[in-house]
Amino acid sequence: MDLRELYQDIILDHGRHPRNFRAIDGATHTAQGYNPLCGDRVTIYLTLDGDHIADVAFQGRGCAISTAAASLMTEVLKGKTIAEAEALFAHFHARVTGGEDGPLAEPLAVEMERLEPLTGVKAYPARVKCATLSWHALEAALKGGGGAPVKTE
Amino acid sequence: MTTASPRLLQPERDRLPGGFDPRRLRSEFPIFANNPELAFLDSGASAQKPASVIDRIADYYRTDYANVHRGVYRLSARSTELFEEARQKVQRFLNAADPREIVFVRGATEAINLVAQSWGGAFLEAGDEVLISELEHHSNIVPWQLLRDRIGFRLVVAPIDATGGLDLAAFTTCLSPRTRLVAITHLANATGALVPIETVVELAHRAGAKVLVDGCQAAPRLNVDVQALDCDFYAFSGHKTYGPTGIGVLWGRYELLAAMPPWQGGGEMILNVTFEKTQYQEPPHRFEAGTPDISGAIGLGAALDFIEGLGRDNILEHEEALTGYGIDRLSRIPGLRLIGAGQRRLGILSFDLEGVHPHDLATVLDRHHVAVRAGHHCAQPLLEKLGYPATTRASLGVYNDESDIDKLAAAIEAGRELFA
Repeated sequence: MDLRELYQDIILDHGRHPRNFRAIDGATHTAQGYNPLCGDRVTIYLTLDGDHIADVAFQGRGCAISTAAASLMTEVLKGKTIAEAEALFAHFHARVTGGEDGPLAEPLAVEMERLEPLTGVKAYPARVKCATLSWHALEAALKGGGGAPVKTE
Repeated sequence: MTTASPRLLQPERDRLPGGFDPRRLRSEFPIFANNPELAFLDSGASAQKPASVIDRIADYYRTDYANVHRGVYRLSARSTELFEEARQKVQRFLNAADPREIVFVRGATEAINLVAQSWGGAFLEAGDEVLISELEHHSNIVPWQLLRDRIGFRLVVAPIDATGGLDLAAFTTCLSPRTRLVAITHLANATGALVPIETVVELAHRAGAKVLVDGCQAAPRLNVDVQALDCDFYAFSGHKTYGPTGIGVLWGRYELLAAMPPWQGGGEMILNVTFEKTQYQEPPHRFEAGTPDISGAIGLGAALDFIEGLGRDNILEHEEALTGYGIDRLSRIPGLRLIGAGQRRLGILSFDLEGVHPHDLATVLDRHHVAVRAGHHCAQPLLEKLGYPATTRASLGVYNDESDIDKLAAAIEAGRELFA
């Protein structure tokens, strides 16, 4: 597999210039993710309006993959319901680990396509956790967060 | 046993004056025949194995295997003899005074835990101090924290100086009449900083403290002589010394080992067992409960034969020359910063490439068949102090030469372009 299949332009771009890279004052939910393997840390901020994600952002330090993954995640999640976010994570997780992903409703399938460039990590087992770190932190934030950072190990 | 079969005699390798040829040496490591493009620069994590080690282990299982120190039958006696012969090889490797000072363990981590739990558990009290340094691997930090939480002594940390080496002046002020033990690395795994261990031992002894040296990175590179170092405990791992995984060594002064209680109970470590009272073996068997890693010890013996065959001065000369070449070559890459290793760096080049995360860089290097380690190298406090959450680390072995460094440099340049 060519390196550029992993490091596609969209990944390099989001890695260099992450979107929604900020803290949210008065976020309703936050959680930290930590990858003990490389020391990467990410904090996810969420503002929920009912069961809709009104705003989502992140801060932290990480490699190009984990930064791009967090950046793309915040872009696709804005305006989604919690159930939709969970469905996207399940699909994304299946796509990057080579697992089974069932059918996805049309509007979500479009968002899933935006995450497609990240699925190159499938060929790099040691890097899968870089792509899923922010999603694990998101899941922890939705479940209440605030506790110990979720770890990828 | 009166005659050894000729097969078991180690061929005497001629000393190679003025160094050796890593290219030719590479043919003795089957991994390179199976991965011909590989530039293996991760020996600091674990070294590759020469055919002599691999074959010795297989041979032992094929021809001489039985449990040790148990059977009255000849095969068991033969196996015991080979196991104890390996102990003597370690004794010679460290220039220890007595083979009974060599305790076989799983690795340096277990060796340090053994000293912490047995010696520390018996002799440390609340109010005492154990002095470590900022250069330590987690395996020389966490065992002391575990014990501290149980006993309540103070864990003191000697800092590094601005160049990344041990700050000897600060180290001296960290010593106090309450310092019972100095537990310190010989060669820092994350940065390659060489610690002036003779001076450290002298200062520590003057303060009345014992000294445990973590020799993981030093044992494969330096001519370690525990009597000349005058330390009290020395630990190293077999797998970083071209030997198998699962075996390591704790050397300790005999009188210290003899005063230490067992740390694990089981077979092999006992003299006599009743339900009321058990008498323990003398060292080293007191600390080797259960069936040991017999093939691992014999494989380690073969690895030490391999090292001695190359000549330890030759290895040091080779590593120093290649380290120098690496420093020179990498320093010319724009945006690359070598992470400080103080006055003297040996065998390990840890660096940061501006704007490129070590894990991204390591993935790029891997695609160029260059194997390095990226991350915190199990030395998080040191990297925190140096200001990096992670670095990329190239570490050298006897099979590396300038072409590996050139490949590394070219691959770093490719990474720099990709992420520019």
